[in-house]
Amino acid sequence: MRTEGNIGGVEPSPLGSPVGAEPMSTLSIAEPEPVPRSQWQLFRRRFLRHRLAVAGGLVLILLIVVCFGAKYFAFYDKNQQNLLLGPTSPSKEHWMGTDEIGRDTMTEILYAGQISLKIGLAVALVSTVVGTVIGAMAGYFGRFMDQLLMRFTDLFLVVPAIAVLAIAIKFFHDTPFDQTTVIIFVLAGLGWMYIARVVRGQVLSLKEKEFVEAARASGASSARIIFRHILPNCIGPILVNATLSIAAAIVTESTLSFLGFGVQPPATSWGNMLSAAEGNYNQNTHLLYFPGIMILLTVLCVNFFGDGLRDGFDPQAKH
Amino acid sequence: MEEGPVSIELEPAAPGSGKWTGALLEVRDLSVTFQSDDGPVHAVSSISFDLEDNETLGIVGESGSGKSVTSMAILGLLPRQAMVTGSVKLRGRELVGLSDRAMQPVRGKSVAMVFQDALTALNPVYTVGNQIGEAIKVHDDVSDQELRDRVRNLLEIVGIPNPAERADQYPHEYSGGMRQRAMIAMSIANEPEVLIADEPTTALDVTIQAQVLEVLERIQDRTKSSIILITHDLGVVAGVADRVLVMYAGRQVELATVDELFYNPRHPYARGLLASLPRVDGRRDARLNRIIGQPPSLIAIPSGCAFHPRCNDAKLPSPCQTDRPELREIAVGHLSACHFAEDLPKLSTSDLAADESSEDGSVG
Amino acid sequence: MAETILEVTDLVKEFPVRAGLLQRQVATVKAVSGVSLSVEKGQTLGIVGESGCGKSTTGRLILRLIPATSGSVKFRGEEVLTRSARAIRQLRQKMQIVFQDPYASLNPRMTVQSIIAEPMAIHRTRGRKAAAARVKELMELVGLKAEHASRFPHEFSGGQRQRIGIARALALDPELLVLDEPVSALDVSIQAGVVNLLEDLQDELGLSYVFIAHDLSVVRHISDFAAVMYLGKIIEIGTASDLYERPAHPYTQALLSAVPVPDPRKERARKRIVLTGDVPSPINPPSGCRFRTRCWKAQEICAQQEPELIDRGQGHPSACHFAEVVDVVSV
Repeated sequence: MRTEGNIGGVEPSPLGSPVGAEPMSTLSIAEPEPVPRSQWQLFRRRFLRHRLAVAGGLVLILLIVVCFGAKYFAFYDKNQQNLLLGPTSPSKEHWMGTDEIGRDTMTEILYAGQISLKIGLAVALVSTVVGTVIGAMAGYFGRFMDQLLMRFTDLFLVVPAIAVLAIAIKFFHDTPFDQTTVIIFVLAGLGWMYIARVVRGQVLSLKEKEFVEAARASGASSARIIFRHILPNCIGPILVNATLSIAAAIVTESTLSFLGFGVQPPATSWGNMLSAAEGNYNQNTHLLYFPGIMILLTVLCVNFFGDGLRDGFDPQAKH
Repeated sequence: MEEGPVSIELEPAAPGSGKWTGALLEVRDLSVTFQSDDGPVHAVSSISFDLEDNETLGIVGESGSGKSVTSMAILGLLPRQAMVTGSVKLRGRELVGLSDRAMQPVRGKSVAMVFQDALTALNPVYTVGNQIGEAIKVHDDVSDQELRDRVRNLLEIVGIPNPAERADQYPHEYSGGMRQRAMIAMSIANEPEVLIADEPTTALDVTIQAQVLEVLERIQDRTKSSIILITHDLGVVAGVADRVLVMYAGRQVELATVDELFYNPRHPYARGLLASLPRVDGRRDARLNRIIGQPPSLIAIPSGCAFHPRCNDAKLPSPCQTDRPELREIAVGHLSACHFAEDLPKLSTSDLAADESSEDGSVG
Repeated sequence: MAETILEVTDLVKEFPVRAGLLQRQVATVKAVSGVSLSVEKGQTLGIVGESGCGKSTTGRLILRLIPATSGSVKFRGEEVLTRSARAIRQLRQKMQIVFQDPYASLNPRMTVQSIIAEPMAIHRTRGRKAAAARVKELMELVGLKAEHASRFPHEFSGGQRQRIGIARALALDPELLVLDEPVSALDVSIQAGVVNLLEDLQDELGLSYVFIAHDLSVVRHISDFAAVMYLGKIIEIGTASDLYERPAHPYTQALLSAVPVPDPRKERARKRIVLTGDVPSPINPPSGCRFRTRCWKAQEICAQQEPELIDRGQGHPSACHFAEVVDVVSV
C-alpha cells in the first residue's frame, strides 16, 4: 500500500524539511532549511533545465515578433517588384535572394509567415478549447454522454481534411468570410479530436482521485468540480498538446497550400511559396529552401518547446 | 563502473587457506548518495552489519530511512547516478563496484530479491511459469522438461495449489497472496544463499500476510538460506527475525537480537517507536505515546545525531547536536548509535504502551 | 444519555458488471449485502475487515457518496438515502469524510487556505473574512501553523496533509465523521500523533466517528464499538473488548491471530490460525455462510443456512452456527 517513494528514498516532499508543525528544539535552527518552492517555481526550474526547449521558445517568440511586425522589420515593401532584377541568389542586398519578379524573398517570407503562424496559433487555440470541453464532458459524465461524444469524435476522425478543405474554400469563396478564417475553422474542426481524447483520459483518471471525492462530499456541483478541481490538474497535457497542434496545423496548412487547396494566391503562405518555387526547382533552389526551412524551423521550435513543457509539468521526468 | 572479470574468483579469507570463515555477508560503511537539485541526498550513511548463515536479519525503518536503498545497493541495482561507497562482501568477495556483467552471476543465484508489489514486479505478458523458468534458465542450462518440473516443484513448495495448471496462468489471474508466493518461488529458484525480502507483505491483508510469512519460514527451514527482511512493521519483525537493525534517516541507530531490541531498546528512536505502537493486546485507555516531529528530509539531515530534534533525552547543544554518535557495542551483540545508550532508563514493552513520561505523552 | 446519531439498517450495494457491445449486465458484484449498525453520539464505531470486504463502500454509502441499492441510513432519526438533492446539501454539513491517502485527497493546485475553506465557500456559510478566520482556527486546532495556509499540499509531509484533510472535514462543524483508513498511509511514528489528535477532537467537539480500517491494533485503541466485515457482511459486532478479548466468530479469531504483535516472546509462543485459500469473489459469494470455504468448522448446515447476526450466548452478536469464544490475543 505505501511504498517507499522514489528511488532516492526521499520523502515525497523533497523540498527540504517540510513545513514544521511540531515545535522543534529551539537550538536546531542552525540546520539549513531549503527554501520551499511553489509549483510554478518548480515548473520553471524544470523547464529551464531543458536548453533546447528554452532555445525553441525564444526562437519562436522571435519569429512571431518578426513576422507579425513585418511592416517594421522587413527591408522592402511587400510585393515590391523589380522585374529587371529577376530571380537572384542570396546576396548582401537580398539576404534570401529574389524571386522571378524580383521580389525580396525575405520580405515575402515574413509576410507569408503572418498567415502561416496565424493559422497555426488560431487552429491550436480553437481546437484546444473545443477538444477540452468535449473531452471533459465525455470523461466526467461518462456512460451515455461519453458514448455519444466519443462516437461524434469518431465521426470527425474519419473525415479527410483535404476534401473538406477544398470544398469549403470553394464554397465560401464569394462570401464575406475571408480565406484564412475558413482555413482556421476547417482545420480546427478537424483537429480537436486528439485533444478531446487526451482530456477525456485525464478526466477519467482524475475523476476517481480522492480530492475530487472530497469536493463531492463537501457538496460541490459538477461544474465546480470540473473547472476548479479537474481541469486545473490537466493543464500539463492540455498545454503540451496545444503547442504540438500548432506544429501540426502549420504543416497541414503548408501541405494543403502546396497542393493548391489551402491559401490561394495572391495571398502567400510558406506552403504556397513552396508550390510556386516547385516549378523552377533546378535554377532557383533558394526559393524552395527558404520557405521549407522556415516551416522546419517553426515546427522544430514548437516541438522542443512542447517537450520542455511536458518535462516541466512532469515531476518524475528523467533526461 | 569498470568492466570486471567475468570469471568468478573467490578471495580466500586468509592467505593459503581455501575456505571463507567470515560471515556470509559482510557490509562495512556502506553509503549511498544521490545528486539532486537541492543538493546531495544521503540516502544511506555508513551502514555496517554481518549476516550469518541461516539467520534472519530484520531491517526496520520508516519511509526515507534508507532501508530499501540498502538492499538495492547490495545487489547493485541502483541507477548510475547513485554513488555507492563502502564494502559488501559475499563470502569474502567484494560486490560494490562490480560491473553489471560481473554482478549477473550473483543476482538471482547467490543473492535473490523479493519485492513489495508482486503485481508490478511480475511481467503481465508472460505466464508465471515462464517467468520462474527464466530465472532458472539465466543461471542454469536445463532441458525444457527439467525446467517444467523444477517450476512445478517450486510452486508446490510455496504452497500454490494445482501447480501444473497455475504455471500456465498469467499474473493477473493470481490473487495478491499467490502472486507474492510466485515471486518467492522465483527468488528461491536457484537456491540463493541470501534472500532479500523488501516489504514482502506490506501490501497484503493480514491473513494473507500470515500465509506468506509462513511460507518464508518454511523455505528457510528447507534451504537454510539467510533472509534479510526489510519492513516498517515491528510486529512482523518480532515474529520472524533473529536480529534486528533499526535505521533512521539513512543511518544505523541500533543493531541487536530481537529480544534485546524489544525488551531492552537502547536508542531513543527505537524506544519511541516501540512506545507509539497501538497493540491488539494493549490497553485502550492509555494514550498513545508519540514521537514529535517527523523524519527529516535526506537532503537536510540534522547535524550531530540525526534524531536529536525529536529526542526528549537529547543533551543540547553538546554532544547531541554537534557530534554524530558512533555505533558502539554496549553489550554483547547489542550496538547502539546514541551518546547516552547506557544511561537510558530500562523499559519493557508492556510498560511502554502505558508510559506517560510527559504531558503530551511523548517519549524519548 | 446515549443518543443514537446514526442508524443503518439492511444496507445493500450491488455493482453491475457490464460486457459486450450493448453493455448488458452479465453479473453483479455484491459489495455490501445487508449491513446494519448504529453509532451513539460521541462514540467511535470501528469497522474492520480485509480488502474487498465492503467496509470502504459502506462508509461511502452512509454519506451517500455512492447510491445504495437498498436499505436505510438514518441520521438523527431522519432518512438519508431518500432525501432530495437540496436536503442532501444540508446534510453534507453534518456528516463528513476523511480519506486515506494524504497525497491524493488534497488538490495539488489549491492552497491549503482554499482547500480548507472550500466547504464554506460551497455552502456559503460564512463571508470571506469569517471564513479566513475559521481556517486559522481549524489549522491551529489540528496542530498546524496558521501562517502556512498560503502554501501548497506538496510542501507538507504525509502526517501534516492528513491533518489538513481533517481540518477540511471539520470546516462546517459536522457531528459525524466517517474516517476511511485515515492513518494507514502514514509512517508508524506519525500515526500515533494523528490518532491522538482524533481522540482529542472527539472529546473537545463531541464528534462521533465511524472508523474504517484494516489495522486491528489501531481500531482496538480508538474504538468503543467494533464490527468485523467479511465479503459484504458483518459477521461479528460488539464493544471493542468483546471483539478483542472474547471473539466468537472463527474469522474474527483468525484475523486476530494473524496480527503480529511487537513482542517476540509472545509471537514465538502464539499458535497462529492460518487460513487456507483466498477470499472468494464477491460476484459469486458462497451460499449460506460466506466464510465457510475457508473455515475449519464448516459443516453442511453452513452451506445451506446463512447464520444470522445474533447473540449466541457470548454477550454480543456473531454470525456463525458454531460460535465459540476463543482468546487468540493473549497467550
